[in-house]
Amino acid sequence: MFLINCPYCGERDQSEFSSGGEAHIVRPKQPTELSDDQWAEYLFMRKNIKGVQFERWNHTHGCRKWFNVVRDTSNDIIHAVYKMGEKPPVK
Amino acid sequence: MSKNLRTTNNKFIDQTSRISFKFDGKKLYGFKGDTLASALLANNIHLVGRSFKYHRPRGIMTCGSEEPNAILQVGNDPSMTEPNTRATEIEIYEGLEASSQNCWPSVNFDLGAVNNFFSPLIPAAFYYKTFMWPANFWKLYEYFIRKSAGLGKSPTEPDKDIYDQRYLHCDVLIVGGGISGIMAAKTAAKNNLNTVLIDDKNTLGGTTIFQENECYKINNLYSNKWLKKEIETLKSFKNLTIKTRTSLAAYHNYNYLLARENLTDHLDLNEKKDKIRQRLWKIRSKKVIIATGAMERPLIFNNNDRPGIILSSSIKKYIDYYGVKCGQKVSLFTNNDSAYETAISLNNSGVTVNSIVDIRDKTNSLIVKEVDKLGIKIHWKSSVVNTNGYKKINSIEIMKLSDDGAAVVGKKIKVECDCLGISGGWTPRVHLFTQSGGKLKFRIEDNVFLPDKSKLDQISIGSCNGDFELDEVIKNSVYLTNKFLEINNNDYENLEIISSKEINKKNIWLLPSDKPLGKTKPFLDFQNDSTANDIKLALREGFKSIEHVKRYTTTGMATDQGKLSNMHALGIIAETAGVKMGELGTTTFRPPYTPLTFGAIVGRNVGKFFDITRKTPMHDWHVENKAKFENVGQWKRAWYYPKDNENMYEAVQRESKAARDSSGILDASTLGKIDIQGSDASEFLNRVYTNAWSKLEIGKCRYGLMLNEDGMVYDDGVTTRLSENHYLMTTTTGGAANVLSKLEDYLQTEWPELDVYLTSVTDHYGTVSICGPNSKKILSKVIPDLVLSDEEFPHMSFKNALIDNIKCRVMRISFTGELSYEINIQSSYVKSVWEKCIDAGKEFDITPYGTETMHLLRAEKGFIITGQDTDGTMTPVDLQMDWIISKKKYDFIGKRSLYRSDTIREDRKQLVGLLTEDPKEILEEGAQIVAETNKKPIEMIGHVTSSYFSPNLNKSIALAVVKNGKKLKGQKMFVPMKDKTINVTITDTVFLDKENKRLNA
Ligand SMILES: [Zn+2]
Repeated sequence: MFLINCPYCGERDQSEFSSGGEAHIVRPKQPTELSDDQWAEYLFMRKNIKGVQFERWNHTHGCRKWFNVVRDTSNDIIHAVYKMGEKPPVK
Repeated sequence: MSKNLRTTNNKFIDQTSRISFKFDGKKLYGFKGDTLASALLANNIHLVGRSFKYHRPRGIMTCGSEEPNAILQVGNDPSMTEPNTRATEIEIYEGLEASSQNCWPSVNFDLGAVNNFFSPLIPAAFYYKTFMWPANFWKLYEYFIRKSAGLGKSPTEPDKDIYDQRYLHCDVLIVGGGISGIMAAKTAAKNNLNTVLIDDKNTLGGTTIFQENECYKINNLYSNKWLKKEIETLKSFKNLTIKTRTSLAAYHNYNYLLARENLTDHLDLNEKKDKIRQRLWKIRSKKVIIATGAMERPLIFNNNDRPGIILSSSIKKYIDYYGVKCGQKVSLFTNNDSAYETAISLNNSGVTVNSIVDIRDKTNSLIVKEVDKLGIKIHWKSSVVNTNGYKKINSIEIMKLSDDGAAVVGKKIKVECDCLGISGGWTPRVHLFTQSGGKLKFRIEDNVFLPDKSKLDQISIGSCNGDFELDEVIKNSVYLTNKFLEINNNDYENLEIISSKEINKKNIWLLPSDKPLGKTKPFLDFQNDSTANDIKLALREGFKSIEHVKRYTTTGMATDQGKLSNMHALGIIAETAGVKMGELGTTTFRPPYTPLTFGAIVGRNVGKFFDITRKTPMHDWHVENKAKFENVGQWKRAWYYPKDNENMYEAVQRESKAARDSSGILDASTLGKIDIQGSDASEFLNRVYTNAWSKLEIGKCRYGLMLNEDGMVYDDGVTTRLSENHYLMTTTTGGAANVLSKLEDYLQTEWPELDVYLTSVTDHYGTVSICGPNSKKILSKVIPDLVLSDEEFPHMSFKNALIDNIKCRVMRISFTGELSYEINIQSSYVKSVWEKCIDAGKEFDITPYGTETMHLLRAEKGFIITGQDTDGTMTPVDLQMDWIISKKKYDFIGKRSLYRSDTIREDRKQLVGLLTEDPKEILEEGAQIVAETNKKPIEMIGHVTSSYFSPNLNKSIALAVVKNGKKLKGQKMFVPMKDKTINVTITDTVFLDKENKRLNA
């Protein structure tokens, strides 16, 4: 049970949040121009690595805001938290 | 009580306060402060159970949570009885009843003990190997195994006790109130840190608090006296919280810890009443100091499991702390100095110590010299090769060890004793450290695993960190605590310490015997009854990994998680396989450290607090009118309203007919409602629904279908345009929260440029839905000012209105296919509006109907229910709802997926109607559909999703999903059931009023 520092509310228990998977996957602006393969790449393919991962989190039981988290999945250490639209910290 | 087993000079037991309790039905006495184990020992009861496999008599072996034998059933109330409790951890109270578990019919006469005579036939994994085949026989075996193994009885009635949970935040948490924990607590508190100290015992001080021995002194005081004074001073710190009887159960990441506090377990039966039994503390601590001490190891030799064989340090605690003599004539068997402390304690209390068997060569430490002075016979470089006595030890057999320690030599000496203390050295309690993710390192000199690296803000101090001598404990604890808490001066830096120093160390994991190994019983895991031979057999059979050997032999798999056995198991594996112990790795220690009650885990979340119950504003009316309720998510929804003695079928038939013949009224308040505002609201709806929204006029309603990005139907509902930039969206009851969070996700992350705001208003408005040909007349009575003509107020439109000067919104929309109105009004007014409608409808025999009738009515019209007729694999095309997919829109959620190669397949399962050949036959929802009956295996081409008997059509109707269903219209299919096959025909999904005439009836 780790703690997440919501950029809008501050540090809260993990149970207030829900994970939204890999971050920085942008929905294609023109889906109809994509091949099946290209669309499938967006639709289905997500990384799930052991180590430092860029993730989306939602403060579901708080401010309901989405934001990004840089988390080491091997030990749950959170290296950075930043708002949607902000530049990710360099790896 | 055998008087001569109690000493009188004891300071921890209140010998003026006598307590009666029962063990195996027999009334016994103990004193306030006794554990069940100490009280039993004081009554000269050692035999408390039978071993799991061989049913050998077993006695109390320890004084703590690592106890493998004294595992008892406590209490006989069917709601409060608790199995698998350790007698060494239960404080006795007036009225306590305990009984042995693992014996049948009784602990003294046990039928299963024949297993012991057949024991050569029960090797490692015997149960696996024998009972796995033939599988049918398992039923037979299981009966006998369960009966004779008897792992305790579960309560049969709900737990009456109250449990609680609380959060606790602190700067420093110290786990363990022994000497190092107490020093750390005082240091932290003195430096103004918000400090919490917990200990699982009822008194602080660990083992030092009863160490009154010339060899251990601090500032010229006996170590117990010095520590007692220190504990006294702790009371003055307001920033220090001390919790005794509190056991740390789990140590999670981010210094999040769970601790269970026992509040009433030690109280008399009549004092427990109405009090909280246990409290689970959820602790977040900035820093954690682990000071959990060490556990004494047993020694592994032939017949080392007889009642009366007890860990040497436990014998010491029983005599020094509880004033209980574990025997009158005690022998000790050791590989280290700590047994000599026991010898001195026993001697001080007048117990005869008739021999000490030490596997080491003669050694001359301070404490050994003290024992020597007492004239106690010490057998150096010797081993106990056998013990005698069936229900209680009566003698030991001693032989000299060979120089390499691999064999015994010379002649056998027999020594009579009624108790044997054993000490195989010490194992630091690193369980919490490893639970927290810490990595261990191995110290070869004394074969211990010690805390190495941790990513958390924590340290281990004292003997759990590998310091076993008093002076080392103090010196290193002070140094580590200072460094950890960044403190410069510490009260404890210049203490004068006298401490005996162990000079000689020696360890033999499996002690040799004069008999061949196969003829001996050197027990390793006492609770699971596995011996050193089982480990060796597993290795011979090719098992290599410690985790595999553990599972194969079940060593370390019992409720104590191998607290006593793991080190020896590792040692024997390492030795036999010729590997270094440090390279073997350890098994994983998992939480909880000691078992937790389910009560503590769930706390207050029981009964009606188990989950939230959501009720609509007119819930009380439904109750008064005898509605049956259905759970829809957390909502209680009126399901049907039985009249007289109607069953559900009869009630639903009546309600469905009334709704179409005259009028029905439904509580639709649970539908999800999302208020959507902003200058881009129309564009937003365009993107989330499959159909077009920009041209929807103000005051009009539209049905929308929402897809997932994979093209599958996700939710549906009617959305109303209230004004230029203001919409009210409805969702399904169950989907409300998910739809909102999905929409928020898109708004915040994909389309932040859109000026749209979403607010959940589900609970703010209630909804009364009136339908049927007379609904217009009823509504006109409730809101006389509202013009209801089809021209002024057509289907799929909305009007603002006033009821008794209260604003409301009236939508003319229909989920039944009937002329229908929905009144939305602030929740607090809903019940009165509902009753107004009922009153106004009396002359038309208005009939309240529940969710079941609603489902039937919509099925007659072929309207889908997402989640019932769809299951996350249905596209709008599959549902034959192609009309709702806008061809003009460039994009919407899921659009691209609608022409992926898989979604355009023609043979996908598609929604169809089904009619049974016999109109009276009602299909079962979920029943499979096949195209032919004589082929095997039969291909299942679909299943029934909704099925009802329609009173309005006087026949059975059903919706189903069928492979390639669109093209199969008119075809005959079969629904095979257990006792018959039902003939069906595939039809259109709309069964009633295909022309939608009833909407304008
Ligand atoms: Zn927040």
